[in-house]
Amino acid sequence: MSVRVGVITFPGTLDDVDAARAARYAEAEAVPLWHGDPDLKGVDAVIVPGGFSYGDYLRCGAIARFAPVMGSVIEAAGKGMPVLGICNGFQILCEAGLLPGALIRNSGLHFVCKDQWLKVENNTTAWSSRYEKGAEILVPLKSGEGGYQATQSTVDELEGEGRVVFRYVGDNPNGSRNNIAGITSANGRVVGLMPHPEHAIDALTGPTDDGLGMFLSLMDAVVNA
Amino acid sequence: MSIDTVKNAETTPDQEQPFRELGLKDDEYARIREILGRRPTDAELAMYSIMWSEHCSYKSSKVHFRHFSESLTDEMRAKMLAGIGENAGVVDIGDGWAITFKVESHNHPSYVEPYQGAATGVGGIVRDIIAMGARPLAVMDSLRFGKADAPDTRRVLPGVVAGVGGYGNCLGLPNIGGEVVFDESYAGNPLVNALCVGVLRVEDLHLAHASGAGNKIILFGARTGLDGIGGVSVLASDTFAGDDGSGKRKKLPAVQVGDPFTEKVLIECCLELFQQGIVVGIQDLGGAGLSCATSELASAGDGGMHVYLERVPLRATGMTPAEILSSESQERMCAVVAPENVDAFMAVCAKWDVIASEIGEVTEGERLVITWNDEVVVDVPPRTVAHEGPVYNRPIERPADQDALIANGPESLARPTAAADILKTIVTMAASPNLASRRWVTQQYDRYVRGGTVLAQPSDAGMIRIDEETNRGIALATDCNGRFTKLDPYAGAQLALAEAYRNVSVSGATPIAVSDCLNFGSPEDPAVMWQFEQAIRGIADGCRELGIPVTGGNVSFYNQTGSTAILPTPVIGVLGVIDDVRRRIPTGIGAEAGETLLLLGDTRDEFGGSEWAHVVHGHLGGTPPKVDLARERLLGEVLLAGSRDGMVSAAHDLSDGGLAQALVEACLIGETGARVFLDSDQDAFTQLFSESAGRVLVAVPRSEELRFTDMCTARQLPWRKVGVVDPESESLEIQDLGQLQLGELRAAWEGTLPALFD
Repeated sequence: MSVRVGVITFPGTLDDVDAARAARYAEAEAVPLWHGDPDLKGVDAVIVPGGFSYGDYLRCGAIARFAPVMGSVIEAAGKGMPVLGICNGFQILCEAGLLPGALIRNSGLHFVCKDQWLKVENNTTAWSSRYEKGAEILVPLKSGEGGYQATQSTVDELEGEGRVVFRYVGDNPNGSRNNIAGITSANGRVVGLMPHPEHAIDALTGPTDDGLGMFLSLMDAVVNA
Repeated sequence: MSIDTVKNAETTPDQEQPFRELGLKDDEYARIREILGRRPTDAELAMYSIMWSEHCSYKSSKVHFRHFSESLTDEMRAKMLAGIGENAGVVDIGDGWAITFKVESHNHPSYVEPYQGAATGVGGIVRDIIAMGARPLAVMDSLRFGKADAPDTRRVLPGVVAGVGGYGNCLGLPNIGGEVVFDESYAGNPLVNALCVGVLRVEDLHLAHASGAGNKIILFGARTGLDGIGGVSVLASDTFAGDDGSGKRKKLPAVQVGDPFTEKVLIECCLELFQQGIVVGIQDLGGAGLSCATSELASAGDGGMHVYLERVPLRATGMTPAEILSSESQERMCAVVAPENVDAFMAVCAKWDVIASEIGEVTEGERLVITWNDEVVVDVPPRTVAHEGPVYNRPIERPADQDALIANGPESLARPTAAADILKTIVTMAASPNLASRRWVTQQYDRYVRGGTVLAQPSDAGMIRIDEETNRGIALATDCNGRFTKLDPYAGAQLALAEAYRNVSVSGATPIAVSDCLNFGSPEDPAVMWQFEQAIRGIADGCRELGIPVTGGNVSFYNQTGSTAILPTPVIGVLGVIDDVRRRIPTGIGAEAGETLLLLGDTRDEFGGSEWAHVVHGHLGGTPPKVDLARERLLGEVLLAGSRDGMVSAAHDLSDGGLAQALVEACLIGETGARVFLDSDQDAFTQLFSESAGRVLVAVPRSEELRFTDMCTARQLPWRKVGVVDPESESLEIQDLGQLQLGELRAAWEGTLPALFD
C-alpha cells in the first residue's frame, strides 16, 4: 500500500507542485487537497506548502487558518497525523494553533532568497528521523516574513523539550529568536519550518538534495506507525 | 450625468473637443472625423487617442519593422508559430512543446512610482504570455538606473527591485536573471524592461481574435476602477466634486496599482479554462484597457462586436464610458467564448473566485458598437482604432556630433603598466557598480519556485526545465551595452545580440529566437530616429546572419530628460533550447578536479565604450568592438558539441570588464582559485581588460583538454590555454603580475551594492 500525502492548495499557494514532487521523489502518492473542501481524502499525512495564501494581505496565514480544509487538518493532527508546514505553511500552522509562536517581517526588511545551512537539532520527529542529530543541511530559504518570535516562556519550553528541529547556521538570516528555523509539536508529529526542503530534492534544480530526508522520514513514520 | 452619445455627436458637430490635451494632433483629429463622418463621442475620442498613442500604435517605429520581415529566411520562419503583432512571439522547440516570450518596458511609471511601476510591469508581461494560451514559466528583468551613488537612484532602485520581487514572488514565477546597469543618462529616466517566458503544447496556441457571430465576450479578473486613467481624465465631467471641494473630479494616480494575488488566481483560472478547451480567443487588458482589448479582438476577428459597457464590474462610482474604456486597472482579461461554453467558463471562474461578466458578443456586422444603458456611445470600424492608426516616417539624421564622438577614441587614456597597478585595477573594476555582484538584487527574487530552475543569476543565462520526463529545457539571456550603441547604433545593437546569443550558448543551449525591447529618446528628434533605424537594421541583419528570428518585442520612445536622450538601449533577449538540462554548463569553475582554463576567440586592443574607460576615466568615445557574427555562431556550435560530449565543465562569457572580470567571477562563483598565464605576444593590460566580442572562458577537465582543443583547431576557432584551476588555492594568481586573494576579491565584488543600498 502506498503512502498518501495530501498537499493543500489555497488561492495564492505557490509551492504545491514542488511539495507534491518531493512526496513523489520519496515514493509517496501526492494527493491534491483544496482549501474549500474539508475532505482529506484518506491521506496519511498533510503538507501545507509555501506561497501567499489569499494574498496574505492581512497577517500571513491569518485567513488560511479558517479554510474548511484546515478544520480537518487540525482535527487529524490532534489524532497524531503527521503535518508539515513549509514557509507560509509554517505561518498557517502557527495561526492555527498547531505550533506555538509567530513569524514576523525579516529583520533586514527585505525578502530574502538564499541557500541556507541548517543544523538538525532533533531527529526524532515524523519529518526528521532520517537525519543524523547535529547534521548540517543546505536548503533554500525564501521569505519576507520569516523571523520566528514567541514569548520567552514558549522559547524556553521549546528549547527545554528539544522541540527546536532546525536551527540556522551562521548569520541569522531573518532575526529569528535563538536562530530557530523550524519547530515541532509536543508529540513530534507536526513540524513547521521557514526554509524549503521541497526545493532541495535534486542537485539539478536545488542547491543539494538534502531536503529529501524530510519526506523520506515521513515514509518511515507512516510505515512504522 | 449626461453622457455623450453618437446621437448627440451627430447633432452637435461643432462642439469643441479636448483632443490636443489627449495627445492627438490636428490632422489626427481630422482623420477621426473623416473616418466616422462626424465628430467622435467622448468615448470614441478616448479610444482613438489612446490607441493612436505612440505606446499603442507604434506610429513612429512601424515603418522600420519591415527590416525584420524582410530579413526573414525560410530557416528562420520554420520554427515560428506566431510573430510580431501577436501578444507575444511563439516558437516550436520540438517534442510538441512551444515557447512564447516577450520583453516589455514599464519605464516611465517606474520613475514616478518605482514599486508599483515595476510591479505592474511584471504583471503586464505575464498576462501577455497567458494571452497566448501558455503557462508562464519564469520572469527576468532588465533594469537601468542613473549613477549608482546618485541620491535619486537610492529612491528608484530599491523600489523597483522590491516591486519586481513583491509582484513576481507572489505569482510563483522564478526570476532567473536579467541585468542591472548604471549610467548617468538614465538618471531621470530609468529603464524597467520585464521579460516573461511561457510554455504550451503546440496545439493549444490561442491567438487573440473574436470570431464567430453569437460568441460571447467575457471580461474576467479584477474590477475596473479609476486608476491609470491618465490623460483621459480631461474628459471627466466637472460636475463631480473632488475631495478638495474645488469642484474638480478627484484624480487618482496615473500609475496603476498591482494586486499580485489576483493575478496569481487569474493565471490558474486561465490555465484551467485552456485545459477545458472552452476559449475561442483571449486578450489581456494592459495599456489602453478595454479600448485596446475590444478593438483588437474585433479587428482581428471576422465580424463586429457589441459591448454593453454598463455590465463591466466597477470599483468606483459614477465612472463615465470614456473612463471605463480607458482605465488601466490591472489583472483583467477578456475572452471570446461560444454560447454553449459560457456556463462551464463561469464555473471555472467561480472555483477560483474570479469575477466574470458577459459584457457583449460577436456580431455579424463590421462595426464595434458599445452601448451604455441602451444608448450608443461608440460605433466605429475596429480596424481604424486598433490597426490603422497614423504612421509616421519621421525625419532621420545622423547626429552632428557623431564624428566627434568617434574621433575621441580611448587611445590617449592612461593605461596601467606596472604589475601592482594592473592588479589594483582588477579589484577596482570588480567593485565598480556595473561589474559588482548583483546578489543584493537577486536575493530579493524567488528563483526556486516550481522546481524547474536549473540555472539562474549569477549564471550568464537562466535555464528552466520544461519537461520532467525528457529533461528538455530552455535558456534565456538579455543584454545591451548602451555605450556601444551610442558610439555605433548598428554595431552596438549587433553586439547586444551577440552577447545574449553567447550567454545562451555558454549554458549549453542552442539559440533559436529573439525578442527585443527598444528603449530610445524622442522620435521627434531626427538624431534619435537615426539611432533607432540603425539599431533595427543592425538587429535584423544580425538575426539573419545568426539564423534566429525576432518573434516580437516592444518599443519605448521618449526616454529622455529635457532634450537629453538616454543611451540608445535596444535590450535583446535570446531564447535557447536544450534537449537535456542535465548537461547544462555552469559559470563557476572547480566543479571537477583538475581543470584547464582556455580562452576561445581573438583579443584585440578594443577599449571604445569599454567598462574600463567608463570606470577609470569616465570616458565614452571611439568605436565599439568589432562584430563577427559568424564567429559567434561558431562559438555556439563548439560549446554545444563540448556540452554534448561532456568536454566542458564550466564556461563564462567575456564581456564588460574583459578577461579579468570573467576570471574573478568564475573563481568567486565556483569558490575556487586559479593560476593564469598571459601571452607574451600581447601586453597584459589589453589581454585582461579588452572587451573584444566573440570570446568565452571555458574550463575543461584535463582528460578532455586535447580532444577539445583539437576540435577547436579543426573548426578554426582560435583558442589559447590561459591557466589551470586550483581547488587548493585561495587566490587568483596571474603569472608575472602577482596574486589576488579570493577573500579580497569577494569583499570588493560583493560589497558594493549592499554599501550603496542597504
